[in-house]
Amino acid sequence: MKLSTSDVEYVAKLARLEVTEPEKEMFTAQLNDILLYIDKLNELDTTGVAPMTHAIAVQNAFREDKVLESLGTKKALANAPDARGEFFRVPKVIE
Amino acid sequence: MELYSFTIHELQEKLKSGEASSRQIVDSVFSRIDAVEERVHSYIRLMKEDALTAAAIADENIKNGDIRPLTGIPVALKDIVCTQGIPTTCGSHILHNFVPPYDATVVQKLRDAGAVFVGKTNMDEFAMGSSTETSYFGPTRNPWDLDRIPGGSSGGSASAVAADECIASIGSDTGGSIRQPAALCGIVGMKPTYGRVSRFGLIAFASSLDQIGPFTKDVEDCAIMMNALAGYDPRESTSVRAEVPDYRQFIGRDINGWRIGIPKEYYVDGIDPEVSMAVKIAIEVIEKCGGQIVDISLPHTPYCLAVYYIIAPAEASSNLARYDGVKYGFRAAEARDLMDMYKKTRMQGFGPEVKRRIMIGTYALSAGYYDAYYGKASQVRALIRRDFDEAFKKCDVILTPTTPTPAFKIGEKTDDPLQMYLSDIFTISTNLAGIPGISVPCGYTRTGLPIGVQFLAGHFEEGKLLQVASAYEKNAAIEKRRPTL
Repeated sequence: MKLSTSDVEYVAKLARLEVTEPEKEMFTAQLNDILLYIDKLNELDTTGVAPMTHAIAVQNAFREDKVLESLGTKKALANAPDARGEFFRVPKVIE
Repeated sequence: MELYSFTIHELQEKLKSGEASSRQIVDSVFSRIDAVEERVHSYIRLMKEDALTAAAIADENIKNGDIRPLTGIPVALKDIVCTQGIPTTCGSHILHNFVPPYDATVVQKLRDAGAVFVGKTNMDEFAMGSSTETSYFGPTRNPWDLDRIPGGSSGGSASAVAADECIASIGSDTGGSIRQPAALCGIVGMKPTYGRVSRFGLIAFASSLDQIGPFTKDVEDCAIMMNALAGYDPRESTSVRAEVPDYRQFIGRDINGWRIGIPKEYYVDGIDPEVSMAVKIAIEVIEKCGGQIVDISLPHTPYCLAVYYIIAPAEASSNLARYDGVKYGFRAAEARDLMDMYKKTRMQGFGPEVKRRIMIGTYALSAGYYDAYYGKASQVRALIRRDFDEAFKKCDVILTPTTPTPAFKIGEKTDDPLQMYLSDIFTISTNLAGIPGISVPCGYTRTGLPIGVQFLAGHFEEGKLLQVASAYEKNAAIEKRRPTL
């Protein structure tokens, strides 16, 4: 076992996911299976191989520094679960 | 024959000659939807009113001589591409009420080409799945056998074309999500080269792998759709400034003297014998077309799935961090504080497969594990791409099965994620290398389930794929069956 239930709790916290007890058990078993499978990559010696980050090597995609039309506040707030005035409203952050 | 059963190019002729109007075609498609949709469930949302308005405009344009490549043709959109003013859910509860303020570039391009949108199709939640069973809106069924899955993640787009609920559709392919359902539903599906089609407005899953492409009834229609979709987009930083040919010119050309690579790693134990036999016959057809069979090797094939299941979840865990209940989508009620709101929103808003992948990805990117997982996977990814670079020195295109088995039963693999992941074993390497691939029907099992053959080519060689696929389609002369629904 690579991953314990407490590891799963820690990862869930990093991922901002609340997990139930049965989910913890399930994820611990399933993630261990998957990680065990992924272990086969260690059969390969990759010393000196440059990692591939992009399928097609595109240089920096610059455009002219020109102001274009933007969404605007009204449209940007249209989907908000809780909008007030010009702001997104959220539960309190500070104790 | 009903109008809904024709291809794009056949309907274009009818529209031009005045034999049919766009209104008649749209009516025909919606009458078909009324008859079969309840059983198939291809769509999350139908857009009948918009379609009728667009059809009226198309008919007016035709009268005025303004006929574009897709004028008046009913096209369906996977519910992962943003449509201005039309809800776009990505198959998820967390986006069930999201109404995009803009159109994806592909939507704009299809509209400009004259297409009439029928609706938004069902999909695995956030495109994570191979069966369309993880959709928040319930599963889609395979039109060839309603007890079976249509493939995924673009299952609704594939079943809609197979069941004649639209003439063509678009999907997205991150590890096989266009080619696998195309094969399992008996239609044509293409994943273009990474960067060929703009991803602007495509809801992101794994940004270095995602690509949009078409589902069609035949190869010529695939070329027509690619003409509308391909091209550089200044709004998308990974879209590539490469010249786009007229893809229709490749249809009907011969492949005399072409070298067709057969990778030995793709012909292994575990392939369904009927799939194996159908692909063997496909190879014989290609030889009869003048293709020369060349044995090749893609030695890192056995590692593709492991690489994919690090890279895709890692990128997904980062992309899906934006769903936090603040700016759009679902928010959980009754949170103690901000952190509690995030956690509850994401717990209630995401389904189990999405959570599983966020967990794997978060773990793989977490402190102390990055090099061991993401770093290692990115190195092996480079080796996989090198395999293809070497292979294409020896052959023009590669031929493989699209899937190891025909469509499996609904519920058969839902409890075993690894078994589910294995159904993409022949399609994943394409996304990792960024090359294009196409799946074309190559026969049926004894029980009448469709089987697909896949062709792969080098970067930006979609034209070659269309040429070989159209030569194959013409010479294989696979019996034209339609599902009986």
